Amino acid sequence: MSAPGDASQSPDRPLPDEWSIPRIVRTMVPLLAVLSVLQLVSGTVLQTYEATLVRYPALLVLVPVQIGTAGNLASITCSRLTTQLHLGTYELSLANPELRANAGAVFALAGTVFGVVGVAAWAIGLALGGALGLGRVLLVSLSSGMLLAGLVVVTSVAAVEASYRVGLNPDDTTIPVVTNVCDIAGVLILFAVVTLVV
Amino acid sequence: MPGHATARDVYRQALPVILVSLVAGLFAGTILGTETMRSFIADVPGLLLLLPAFLATRGGVYGSLGARLSTGLHQGLIEPRFQLDRRLTNAIVASFINGMSVSVFIAVVTYLWLGLLGSDGSLLELVGIMVVAGFLSAVLMISVLITVIFVGYRRGLDPDNVIGPVVTTLGDVFGVFFLLVGVVVVGGVV
Repeated sequence: MSAPGDASQSPDRPLPDEWSIPRIVRTMVPLLAVLSVLQLVSGTVLQTYEATLVRYPALLVLVPVQIGTAGNLASITCSRLTTQLHLGTYELSLANPELRANAGAVFALAGTVFGVVGVAAWAIGLALGGALGLGRVLLVSLSSGMLLAGLVVVTSVAAVEASYRVGLNPDDTTIPVVTNVCDIAGVLILFAVVTLVV
Repeated sequence: MPGHATARDVYRQALPVILVSLVAGLFAGTILGTETMRSFIADVPGLLLLLPAFLATRGGVYGSLGARLSTGLHQGLIEPRFQLDRRLTNAIVASFINGMSVSVFIAVVTYLWLGLLGSDGSLLELVGIMVVAGFLSAVLMISVLITVIFVGYRRGLDPDNVIGPVVTTLGDVFGVFFLLVGVVVVGGVV
């Protein structure tokens, strides 16, 4: 076990060295580069609303939660559906109990998270010198959260279904892609709602 | 069986992780919303533009370091203590290189994109901020991840269950904080 280098590699698995620095860097950097260019979409939206965000800190408080929660909900839904896929019990149907349980849970989780976040963002915003009322922050938070939940369910199911048909392993591809797409969509939805409400 | 989980089961299992990321997000948001950060946002063109990319790549870089270490531990390829093992140091050096190069890449792309949007930023300033923030994140994330994974593993925790919340929480909170530090440092130098 303490033998250095490749001495401990079993001979029946002539895998390339997964632990070499150039190999790790070459695999990760292109992926991360593409991902960060994608995230510029969210960044552009934030930049567009710069004046509004600087004026209403409560909205700025909402941003990281909005970015993180979407991806989290998507990754939970995707990994549960792909587990079903691997077990052979997946079926794209409204009668699929796992699908229904997931959709229900995603909406309930979104309601919980974005309810709490709405109140917290309002209070923090107030402490930081903002002037948005509780009703308005809660309206922005909950309505964008619920729209997001709908989007997460639809996107996750579509992505799992697509990777199943194309024959890609959904664990490798679906989750990173869907997580990022939902993170970006989270920001887009938030500001669509902000435009309507604030 | 997974096929029989009800919405209530899924809700209960997912809630802890979601709440951890919620608290982290609120902390990060609070730092973003402070008077200081808002004045930086108004003063430094491109800061909001690069924010989502910077935060997202923290997760990518250090989440994958965590996953790699966890797999290595499970396979018995690395041992749960800090030593100059080739695999361990390679994984750490590689994630440092990944973190730094992607940070600089984000700064450059942000600068170019700002130009296309018709506003001007300073390439030097953006690269400087990203180098400082990227470096501080790398040092913090790598040392905390290794400590948490090794200590947790020795005490019987499955690293796979720990990495997600640790990376999300620290990545978001300290990502935004180090961005702020980056602006201060670069503002003092440039």
